[in-house]
Amino acid sequence: MSDAWVVVAAVGAGTIVIKAAGPVLLGGRPLPERVQSVVALLAPALLAALVATTTFGTGQQLVLDARIIGVGAAAVALLLRAPVLLVVLVAAAAAALARLAAIG
Amino acid sequence: MATDDAPIRFELRRGAVTAVPLAIAVGLFGVSFGVLSVSSGGMGALPAVVMSVSTFAGSAQFAAASVLSSGGQPIAAIAAALLLNARYLPIGVSVAPYLRGGPLRRLLKAQLVVDESWAIAADGDGRFDPHRLVGAGIVLWLAWVIGTIVGVVGGEALGDPATLGLDAAFPALFLALLVGQLRSRDAVVGALLGAGIALALVPFTPPGVPIIAAAAAALVGLVRR
Repeated sequence: MSDAWVVVAAVGAGTIVIKAAGPVLLGGRPLPERVQSVVALLAPALLAALVATTTFGTGQQLVLDARIIGVGAAAVALLLRAPVLLVVLVAAAAAALARLAAIG
Repeated sequence: MATDDAPIRFELRRGAVTAVPLAIAVGLFGVSFGVLSVSSGGMGALPAVVMSVSTFAGSAQFAAASVLSSGGQPIAAIAAALLLNARYLPIGVSVAPYLRGGPLRRLLKAQLVVDESWAIAADGDGRFDPHRLVGAGIVLWLAWVIGTIVGVVGGEALGDPATLGLDAAFPALFLALLVGQLRSRDAVVGALLGAGIALALVPFTPPGVPIIAAAAAALVGLVRR
């Protein structure tokens, strides 16, 4: 099995269990407050880590390149409440243009 | 019997109709996932579609795809995705009292819970309408799967010209997802800390590990209050 299929199978099975845990296993009993307050911060912490590493990381190096231009353009598009696909296209186009400008 | 079913059908349809504007956004998101999956270093067309059908959690799917394409180990991709999905634990608990039927029915209905369907099902007083949840969930799931298929097919047609700026697409997507999660002061602190931890670890650990380590930032939830 390729790496991709291993990930698809494990994430799929794990997500089904996580989503069903409350309704099927816990039967509606609330989570302890301390657990809730930690779990609530997992998504923002991990998403911010992903923003940071995909902007600056290349393998095990931190580099400044055209991606910063792309992410900056995406931030502007988000402020203007653009739909997600447009945000992504703006980011890709800005990074591509920055690269072309640097080469040309 | 028919009169008993009427309110159920009403709420099912109400959930589905309310979900349509959100489904357009979710569908476009699926398109992005599909396009990135067939770009170089992506997971490929069929795994991407199977993942959208079975996992139905956008941010986790993007996280797994991103860790894989940056050269991370499968175990790192799996851990990052499941840590992101941990938020569905308390969300699942919140709807649990309102989901009826045997264990299998409840398990299936629970799969339709995503951030958007959960919001549509909320009555505002801590109660949830299970039929609205199912109606909205089905519409959103269809949009996500169809969007992924469109992206996979379209991405293969686009080919190389689109890849010049593609590496900026991942951070742009995660930024869009992050903005939706910054609903409290603690969330902002957790996000800044998570980003700092991850950047500090990039030079010293294999790809993917900095993302998992950033989960430690969530512990500020214990300290700050």
